[in-house]
Amino acid sequence: MLEDYFRQYGLIAIFALVAMIVPSSMLVVSLLFSRIRIRPVKPNPIKSDIYECGMETIGGRWGQFNFRYYMYALLFVIFDVAVVFLYPWAVQLGKLGLFALLQMTAFLIILGFGWVYAWGKKDLEWR
Amino acid sequence: MESFLENNGMYRGIYCYFAGNEGNGLWCKGLDGILPLGWEWLGYFIAGFTIMLILVNGALLGAAIFVWGERRILARIHKRRGPNRWGPFGLLQPIADLLKLLIKEDLVPTVADRLVFTLVPVVMLMSLLLSLAVIPFAYNTYLADLNVAILYFVAVGSLSTIAIFMAGWSSGNKYAMFGAMRSVAMLISYEVPLVMSLVGVVLIAGSMSMVDVVEAQHVPFILVQPLGALIFLLGISAELNRTPFDIMEAESEIIAGYHTEYSGIKFALIQAAEMAGVLAASAVIATLFLGGWSGPVFSSQLGAVWFLLKLTFVAFVFVWIRGTFPRLRIDQIMAFAWKFLLPLAFINLMSTAIEVYFFGFYNAPANELGVITGDELWVMAAINSGIAVVAITLFGRATRDKMRPNPVKLHKLEPAGTVLGVN
Repeated sequence: MLEDYFRQYGLIAIFALVAMIVPSSMLVVSLLFSRIRIRPVKPNPIKSDIYECGMETIGGRWGQFNFRYYMYALLFVIFDVAVVFLYPWAVQLGKLGLFALLQMTAFLIILGFGWVYAWGKKDLEWR
Repeated sequence: MESFLENNGMYRGIYCYFAGNEGNGLWCKGLDGILPLGWEWLGYFIAGFTIMLILVNGALLGAAIFVWGERRILARIHKRRGPNRWGPFGLLQPIADLLKLLIKEDLVPTVADRLVFTLVPVVMLMSLLLSLAVIPFAYNTYLADLNVAILYFVAVGSLSTIAIFMAGWSSGNKYAMFGAMRSVAMLISYEVPLVMSLVGVVLIAGSMSMVDVVEAQHVPFILVQPLGALIFLLGISAELNRTPFDIMEAESEIIAGYHTEYSGIKFALIQAAEMAGVLAASAVIATLFLGGWSGPVFSSQLGAVWFLLKLTFVAFVFVWIRGTFPRLRIDQIMAFAWKFLLPLAFINLMSTAIEVYFFGFYNAPANELGVITGDELWVMAAINSGIAVVAITLFGRATRDKMRPNPVKLHKLEPAGTVLGVN
């Protein structure tokens, strides 16, 4: 049974390799096409510049960024970790019964308070 | 290996065709395989690689057909004709597009981080192909039946977020970076309700394995979990950058978002990954909410046909959504995720948990804990539909104004051609 379990993951690992090789091989084919001159390779400074709107580019990648992204990242970490706890509980709820249900309800209520607090502090709004 | 061979019909068939002998007669029923004795291990690999071949080719070919189908249907929605020149009904158009992109020059900006830039299409296609591994696409036919399949799908699917950020960061273009930042902010917001909506399915099925979920669907879960299905559909279309949520490649604002600098085969691969991503999402919705390979008749023989029909239907719904809704603003998108979808996912989760506790534990015989029968599923479907209607109505009304945190004040404009001061 355990061997069976590992064979499944072994197949997934092999599939991961295959899934990596398939797109890489297409990139290699494209490279070969450029070697046998089916595909042109003629870079020049204007072509290799980054595209903005057709005009000369102003500024690069390190422009200023909106700072408000970080609050969503914080909220995401909190809620996503909570959700990871939900999955094993969900599988076993039918066998565990009332105690498990109440425990998870308490957990979700605490989480819900956090969510209401975040809403009240206007952290859910895109300002 | 025994239970693996026992459950996975296609795998067993291919294995026995190559490596059947008297040693494994229990599974192969006396079939005489091609391989000589002592080479059975090769049979495992051949069987696995065959299914992988089907999955990879199915995904890429499916993406090509989906591109065509989407363009045709979108064109019909827009009262146009769509591609109809190359091949019957324009069916060869995606191949022409691919060939064109394959022989185009593959430009990499000088300021780009070359390695990361090149890795992006690989990571993107890889995350997509990997998510197909756990989907049962016919009766007892899959690559691997993990007992954490749903969690695996979510985990592998969110790899594409990393790929998008890699693309935006490595391009060295500020618009690509804007697109990537927007998309990461949006994807992590929609990840939460998306993952939470699947907990309801796991609760009812009592298992995270997709095969078990299909077998638990005496009633399609879209009826039992209407809220969950809705949240999953919306969340996954945000994950896939489909139109109501496609702010990361909003053409009118930030050129093309994270793939601004991509050209040639890399662009083709990114597009293929996006299109095949829709198919993978449709496959998951068909499996988890529409009953997978089970149909009204012949579900064990015609499982693949039922599955494909359901997949096509869901893919059509995706195209329909794209053709119908305008793009949302980013503040609306964030408010929609955090103020509407998340509480609905909470409500769905709690109501399902209480029902599962009642039917699977409180009201169940001691030897069948956690098993929910078809009749009980119908009762749950009735209750949950009611809850869904009430919750969507109430929450929709309550959050309708709060969904627009920045009301835009429109100036009163005179109609064109007005001569000021005359009227």
